[in-house]
Amino acid sequence: MADVAIATTLSQETAEPARRGRPRLLAKLRRPLAALTLLLPAMTLMTLLLIGPVVAVLAMSLTDYQLGAPSWSFVGFDNYLELYGDRVFWTSLLNTLVYVAIVVPASMALGLGIALLIESGTSLRAFYRSIFFIPVMATLIAMAISWEYMLHPQFGLINLTLKSLGLPAQAWLTNPELALPTIAAIGVWQLFGFNMVLFLAGLVSIPPHLYEAAVMDGARSAWSRFWLVTWPMLGPVTMFVAIISAIRSFQVFDTVHVLTKGGPSKATEVLLYSMYSEGFEFFRSGHAAAIAVVFLAFVLLLTILKVRVIEKKVHYA
Amino acid sequence: MSTARGISLWGLLRHVLLLIAAAIVLLPFVWMIVTSLKPQSEIFLSEIRWWPERLHAVENYTKAFDRAPLMRFLLNGAIVTVTIFMLQVLIALPAAYALAKLRFWGREAVFALVLFCILIPPQATAIPVFLLFHHLGILDTYAALIVPFTISAFGIFLMRQFFMTVPDDLVDAARMDGISEIGIVWRVMLPTALPALTAFGIFSIVAHWNDYFWPLIAVNSKELFTPPVGVATFRNEEAGTDYGPLMAAATIIIAPLIIAFLLAQRRFIEGITFTGMK
Repeated sequence: MADVAIATTLSQETAEPARRGRPRLLAKLRRPLAALTLLLPAMTLMTLLLIGPVVAVLAMSLTDYQLGAPSWSFVGFDNYLELYGDRVFWTSLLNTLVYVAIVVPASMALGLGIALLIESGTSLRAFYRSIFFIPVMATLIAMAISWEYMLHPQFGLINLTLKSLGLPAQAWLTNPELALPTIAAIGVWQLFGFNMVLFLAGLVSIPPHLYEAAVMDGARSAWSRFWLVTWPMLGPVTMFVAIISAIRSFQVFDTVHVLTKGGPSKATEVLLYSMYSEGFEFFRSGHAAAIAVVFLAFVLLLTILKVRVIEKKVHYA
Repeated sequence: MSTARGISLWGLLRHVLLLIAAAIVLLPFVWMIVTSLKPQSEIFLSEIRWWPERLHAVENYTKAFDRAPLMRFLLNGAIVTVTIFMLQVLIALPAAYALAKLRFWGREAVFALVLFCILIPPQATAIPVFLLFHHLGILDTYAALIVPFTISAFGIFLMRQFFMTVPDDLVDAARMDGISEIGIVWRVMLPTALPALTAFGIFSIVAHWNDYFWPLIAVNSKELFTPPVGVATFRNEEAGTDYGPLMAAATIIIAPLIIAFLLAQRRFIEGITFTGMK
């Protein structure tokens, strides 16, 4: 590396004949010094705000630190053992996984379905694409408030519609059996447009001659062409969308905090909400740090998986 | 054969299906706006009323502005998101340039570090950052809202990838003209990077405008609330009794982004999806 750096330091320096050792050395150092100056602000902030805190959260999860407490000590893996024996933590982890397990397939199926519908014709493509994208960028907190009113047990649009169809009204957010699926439905509504755009990009990149070849081979129906060409060609995109959706769903917090506060009876308690309430409502920082580490581990695992998929995609592209 | 008629039939069905789906997806927006126009008596009604009999728009919106400093929330949103983006550019661009165009010992290691930092979800570091800010005494300030996001590892990565495609000749020519390295970043690289920077800017501004988790933790004073925290607090104070003004407030909070989106749909979709894939 160092040789490469020296070899490529600028032609200007070789043009100026080197008189003595010291100035020449300074000239050689100029490029690395420039690099250092350019990188210094970013490196400092990265250390202080990203790497440092990750190390700190790992370290804190091994302490009984509490904000405002006079002293703290190392407790080894006690926080993790406590989590292991804590019913609420397991509920929280399970709820998060159930949420992910609902939102990922549902938002993918909807995203792909809508993308296929849009691609199957030529008119109004951009119009539809924009409409379905609106929930992705609209402030989720504001929309959660709108959803809350739509889900109102007595005066909400959804129950009024059900009643007019002769169906029973539901306590969407206060029935422990329905609360998590309801929160997940809002998650699907918010996320599927994002997946739709990724699928649209994937569909456009499928070479048209493959469809022609499929027709020649006797794939007459759109259904068989989908399974013969579209689905296999979309494989890498699908994998990628699945992982990105999983990463995003894992971070569910806003709707839970505004609509259910983890209730009723912990039915919507999710990892980030547990971490938030432990860390910032009860200020049991050590305990919250352990939850943060569990959260971090899951997200890192998914991200590493994603990087693998990208590499594979690039490799076969 | 089913050619022309089949296609037009399918074309019609396609529009019907897509329009039904669009109507369902837009329902929360439509219902929010319609409710913001209704008087209390028409909100707590046991029948569906798509348009108010008595328009109560002025009253609801005035009430919303009276009860919560909505303009302040919007202004805070603008201050925080724009400052974050400007600082991100100021810090990420020089680093991206160094990683793309300069050769120095340890470059691979620094780049690997940047890649690692992209993996870190912001919520995971909230507790230590909160404690750090507590000790520095900067909680409940604009700084608390802005500082954690001044470093965007993803921004560095994105701009570095873009700078790799800029020809070396351009950089060498600038050096021949005696422009310093930092000068090259701002006077040569920045102008070439505007499309990538726009995409990143839209992604950054939308993400931080909508962020709820960190502002909820970082500030307590109403004067510092960003739009999401502001509207959530408004809802908690109303405790689900006065939906008209609440829906008016929610409409106002989402309006700026929605309007910006409608004006530049393609740029928004590209910016958010293809930079938001991290």
